[in-house]
Amino acid sequence: MSFLRDLYAALIRIALLVEMQYRASNLIWLIGMVVEPLIYLVVWSAAANAQGGTLGGFGPHEFAAYYLVLAAVNQITSGWHMWEFQFRIEQGQFAFLLLRPVHPIHGDLAENLAHKLAMQVALLPALGALALAFRPHAELHAWSTALFPLALGLAFAVRFVFEWTLALACFWTTRIMAVNQAWFAVLFFLSGRVAPLALLPAWLRALADALPFRFMVSFPVELLLGRVSQAEALSGLALQLGWIGAGSLMLWWLWPRAVARFSSVGN
Amino acid sequence: MQALRVFWVFAKLGFQNEAAYRANFWIQIFESVLNIASAVGAISLVFARTDSLAGWRPAELVALLGVYFTVYGAIQVVIAPSLTKFMEDVRAGSLDFVLTKPVDAQLLASTSEIRVWKLVDLAFGLAILWYGLSGLERITPREAAGFALALVAGAATVYGFWMILATCAFWFVRLDNVMQIFWSMYQAGRWPVGIYPRWLGVILTALVPVAIAVTVPAEALAGRLTPQALLLACAVAVATLTASRWFWKRGLRRYAGASA
Repeated sequence: MSFLRDLYAALIRIALLVEMQYRASNLIWLIGMVVEPLIYLVVWSAAANAQGGTLGGFGPHEFAAYYLVLAAVNQITSGWHMWEFQFRIEQGQFAFLLLRPVHPIHGDLAENLAHKLAMQVALLPALGALALAFRPHAELHAWSTALFPLALGLAFAVRFVFEWTLALACFWTTRIMAVNQAWFAVLFFLSGRVAPLALLPAWLRALADALPFRFMVSFPVELLLGRVSQAEALSGLALQLGWIGAGSLMLWWLWPRAVARFSSVGN
Repeated sequence: MQALRVFWVFAKLGFQNEAAYRANFWIQIFESVLNIASAVGAISLVFARTDSLAGWRPAELVALLGVYFTVYGAIQVVIAPSLTKFMEDVRAGSLDFVLTKPVDAQLLASTSEIRVWKLVDLAFGLAILWYGLSGLERITPREAAGFALALVAGAATVYGFWMILATCAFWFVRLDNVMQIFWSMYQAGRWPVGIYPRWLGVILTALVPVAIAVTVPAEALAGRLTPQALLLACAVAVATLTASRWFWKRGLRRYAGASA
């Protein structure tokens, strides 16, 4: 255990130092993460206004609360390794990663955590400024606010495990861009980004409940904003754990098969 | 005339280059369909809950989406790849080869790379536009003329905007990330700019010309474009093109070349 602790301390320190060098590109990441929730916040507010003020329990100020929290949760849980894997294989970097005595997932996890840590310096003030412009409103409960960090951490874990497993697809296909795009399209509809899941048609809502996507982004948001009961909150947390288990199992099964397919040409 | 001939040669060259990778055509279709299905899906989810959005009806928003993808396709086919290559040329010093050719250098720089498979986006954009139009009342010739003019003005503004950004490469060497900001903001154009708060509307009109490129032409189709707005769009187009030309000439004077 102490080995892992030292490893992560070292990896995160290195990743944070790298992070400091690319402050300008972090600003671009920030814009990319905020624009989409902002668009749908405005769109749904306009729809609510057209329907006399509220839509399924959401008025413009409730939509503001939903999408500002969602922007933060989506950023904190997001990952980019499915894009990086292709680059790694093309450039031959993957061979070096495999030579190290630790599983490459540790380095990626540390890098991801460091990036999230560094980004909060810009993301939270940006969301605060947007809160001044859109004046969010939500009824917070002590119990759900207390559970929110846990749900957020689990959401991060669900998404990280699934997206890292998805990244392994590039050992089988070179069309990884198309695979990723399909993944993001599904995520867009089923993780509460295009609309709060409560506003989706029943069949789409049922699909969202049955698949892991809700537990990557939407669930912590619903929990914090007091839109789930205590029983639903507990079963949601249990489902998050279940999806982490299922994802890890899939990764554990797939990883040796992916590495077995890997061949590298050196010079 | 010469401009058209140059453009045609590059288009043929682009086709010959990409015809070797035919599977990419199908991948492009897959990606475009996914992209468009997401956009249409989002619109239909919103209109399952409301029958109008800030005064826009569903068919009008579909027409707007058609304009969005048409302009998107035009950028992806020629403007973005050519200007990205141009910025790379400035960095690597190979702009020398462009400058020594007996054709206007700005024309060469902004047409030299054509991605024919991206025409798929353009074609889908036009198809959605056509579909949206079929749901609208008959378009009067006046509205059609206004639409054509607004679309040309919008395309010219977007081109001028990209040209100005790309020309910055003469001063700042690394700029590719700036284009990323454009694409992030461009998404906002899937919805009429009028629904955004005023401060955001100003950004989407003045800073990133999404409003002029997409909303104004779509407004012409929906019969809600005032002559003043059309005039303003044309004025902005002329101003952006003039500014980009002036800026380009200043930038060229700075370029020192990199040949031995």
